[in-house]
Parts: sequence; C-alpha cells; structure tokens
Amino acid sequence: MQAHPKLKISHLQKSFTNGRSTIKVLDDINLEVGDNEFVSLVGASGCGKSTLLSIIAGLQDYEQGEMLIDGSSINGPGRDRGVVFQSYTLLPWLTALQNVEFALRETGHDAKDIPEVARQHLDLVKLSRFADSFPSQLSGGMKQRVAIARALSYRPKMLLMDEPFGALDALTRGQMQELLMQIWQEHRLTVIFVTHDVEEAVYLSDRIFVMGLNPGRIKECIAVPAVRPRPTGIQHDRDVLELQAQVLKSIREETRRAEFE
Amino acid sequence: MTIQTDTAAPKQTMQRPQRKPLLSMAAEISGPTYLLIAVCAFLLFIAAWFLATGLGMTKPIFLPSPLAVVAKLTKLAMDGTLASDVGNSVYRIMIGFFIASVMALATAILIGAYRFWEAAIEPFLDFVRYMPVVAFVPLTILWSGTGDIQKFLIIWIGTYFQQALMFKDNIKRVPTDFIGFGRTLGMSDLRVLMRIVVPSAMPQIWDTLRISLGWAWTWVTLAELVAANSGLGYRITVAQRYLQTDMAIGYILVLGILGLTTDQIMRFLGRHFFKYERKS
Repeated sequence: MQAHPKLKISHLQKSFTNGRSTIKVLDDINLEVGDNEFVSLVGASGCGKSTLLSIIAGLQDYEQGEMLIDGSSINGPGRDRGVVFQSYTLLPWLTALQNVEFALRETGHDAKDIPEVARQHLDLVKLSRFADSFPSQLSGGMKQRVAIARALSYRPKMLLMDEPFGALDALTRGQMQELLMQIWQEHRLTVIFVTHDVEEAVYLSDRIFVMGLNPGRIKECIAVPAVRPRPTGIQHDRDVLELQAQVLKSIREETRRAEFE
Repeated sequence: MTIQTDTAAPKQTMQRPQRKPLLSMAAEISGPTYLLIAVCAFLLFIAAWFLATGLGMTKPIFLPSPLAVVAKLTKLAMDGTLASDVGNSVYRIMIGFFIASVMALATAILIGAYRFWEAAIEPFLDFVRYMPVVAFVPLTILWSGTGDIQKFLIIWIGTYFQQALMFKDNIKRVPTDFIGFGRTLGMSDLRVLMRIVVPSAMPQIWDTLRISLGWAWTWVTLAELVAANSGLGYRITVAQRYLQTDMAIGYILVLGILGLTTDQIMRFLGRHFFKYERKS
C-alpha cells in the first residue's frame, strides 16, 4: 500500500440513540483503501455496512475517530465522492440526459461543456439511445446505469456504491457487474462497494472487508488475487469458488456467534 | 363467486378472454362503459326528481320540477344575473385560494424541512385547524366588514391551515436518498429544497391543491350566504327570502357544476404538467 492511501479510517465509532437506549452500530472501524482500488464491504444485514458507506459519503455523522481522504480530513459530503444509492434516485421530471446535466451544473461545470460531457457519460453506460427518456420509461437496470453515469460525470475521486444492483434481477445484475468492471478498468478510480452478494463481491473486488455483527466492525480483510481484467465466467473457477466459500464462511461465523449471544 | 369459463368450448375456436362479472371486485371496466354507468346514475337522479314532482308528491314551493329550475336558470342567464354572480364568486375564490396556497406552500417547506420551524409552527397549525371555520364568520365581519376582504379571509382560514399540513406531508414523502444525492453534489440545503425536494413533491402538491380547491367552494358560498350583496351564495339567500325555491336549487346545481368543472380542469392540467410520471 502507498504512503498516502486514498481513504484512511481510524478508530471510527458510531451509535444510534433510540429514546433512552444507545446502540453502538460501528465500533473501532479501521481501514485503508488504496488509489484505484476496488473494495467491497460485505456482511449480514444489520452489520452497519450501509451506515459506514453513508459516513464515508459524509451523509451521516460519527462520534469518534478520524477519516482522511488523500491525507486530509473530510467533513460532510463533497464532490470528491460520487454516490450510487440502492434506491432509484434519478429525478423523475428530468430525462436521462438532463439528470446527468443536472449533476454537472450543480457541481459547477463549465456551462458550455455540459451537454457534451453528459452525452459522453451516457455513452459510457451504453444508454445514448435513451438520452431523452424519462426515468419512468427506463428499466431498473437502465436507471442504475444512468445513476452511475451521473455519479461519474463530475469526476469524483471515489465512487461509493450502496448495493446498487440489489433490486435487479440476476441476469441484469450480471450485465451491470460486467459493465461496472469495464468502466473501472478503463477509468481507474477508487470504488467502495457495499453488497450482501458474495459472488458479486469476489468477482468485482481487489479486497473484501467482512464486517462483524453487534457491534458492527471490520472482522477481516480478504484479498482477491484473481487476474485483471477478469474474464466472464471467472466466477466458476475453482480458486474463485473457494474464495467465495471462505467469505461466506466468515459471514456465517458472525451470524452464528450473534445468535448465541 | 361466479367465474365464466369457456373450457367446455371446442378447442379449435379461439378462447375468448374471460371477463369478470360487472359487479365483482376484480371487474375491469373500459372507459366508455365507465362513462355510461356514470351518465346513467345522473339520469336516474333526474328521473327520480321528475317522478317526485310530476306525481304531485311535493309542492313546487318545496321542490319545483327540473323544468322549472332550468327555466329559471335560463332566465337568470339571459338577464346577466347568473354571469355576474358566477363572476363574483370565482373572483373571490381565485384571490382567496391563491393567497392561501402560496402562504401554505411556504409554510410547508419551512416546517417540512426544518425541525425548529416544525416545532414552532406545526402544533399551532394543528390547533387552529380544529376550530370550525363557520365560527370565524362573525369575527371576520367584525374585522373587515362585508366586502370582498371578508370573503378572502374566510376562504383563507378554511384552506390555509389544512393545506399547510397536507403540503408538509407531501414534502416529507420525498425519499431521503433524493436529499442525500443533492448533498453529495455539494448543494446547499436551500438549493436541495428548491431544486430537488419541492419539484419532487410537485405532483402530490398539485393533488392537494385540487382537493383543497373543492373546499374553497364551500367557504366562499358560506361567506356569501351570511353577508354579501353579490355572488352565488348571496343569490341563494335572496331566493330563500322570496321563497324562490327554483332559484335556490338552480344555484346549488350551478355550484356543483362549477366545482366539477374546476376539478376536471385541475386534473387535466395535472396530467399535462406531470406527463413524465407515465410509462411509455
């Protein structure tokens, strides 16, 4: 790992207060993500992986700890981090193209370049044909592709993805994973990807952070040494399958432990 | 439940799509059929009216025949009374409703987005909302006489408090991820509100406007019934004074038709403004 990791989180802690009781959701989170690295956060539901991503995005506060991007401390959301949410967040009154343009305009892009840059990014997710369609006319997969184009359009240093393909059918999900892989390969950017799909995590990631339950914490980090670019069908290679089993086992240990507590 | 099945029919004939009986809960009804049923209901009502008056079951002073009502309305339309009454009432509604709506929307944005303002304003709105509008009529006359201002005031009291709370609900329903998305672009709170939250809530806000406009018709009539020298409500009190039941009924029907028409116009505009919500 380089001297300056892209993202460095140390001793981060987060609790939710519900009436009089306080529940610790994240405890002593420590992690580093390198430049252009693709990492996943996996874990059983309730482990706080989405909360952690939301904190990295700057959308939620935390009580303790430190979070550095490129060595400098961050406070609140910012244009250096693009987010793709699990729920569809395209603005319904704007077309696919206008949605990308909206992001460019709000992030202060040069007005005369906006239409051109927006088109390029729809091209990138292979949706040029649907530039003038409204979100209600697009399928779930298409909506998420526009959301990816929109998040990439203003060139954030980091792409944060919160189960972006969680609501899609298996076939579409596979296509989306390949598309994302391709974009990441060509554009080289740092991605933090939250998922509960182990196969997806192993296929996409350089490293996988398995999170533990009660309280949420980083249990272990599993590296995925498989070649880049990863050919389609690599999911069924023996090494990859073994890795999947290892990640799954790690998650299961946690749920079992939590059950008996 | 009876479900028609054609399974006994010979295989070679194309099976007709099965249709649920008209009165079953799952029945699908085409547009023209729907319209036909609605028109029939109106006709049934008119027929009952004809019957009641034609058979001499009621005295015309209590319930005149539909023809007498139409004749009276025609006469009032010819001499310009109807048009001027409608004009006066529509003018009052438009001004009163517009002021209430603009203020309610501003209030709703404030209490929908900021907890401080919610705590400061909403309980009070809730409190006032439960005060009957009718009870304010004497006060408003005391405050502002019997002119148009008093009519605006009654319409405002009747709609503003309800609208503010309903608009707030519309605004609260905007998904939090929409707001999160705006914040990740580095947009300020105010910008997120004006450029994302309010536009997102617009279709629901429009529905609220449509519903509350219906109430506004009640309030304007009320205000005119009590104290006015023009307008639809005023003419109804005149009718009562001179026992012109045909005029009273005619004007009530006119109010119904005006309400229905404005509702349809709002619906049509809504469909036009929010085309993007439709698939295909």
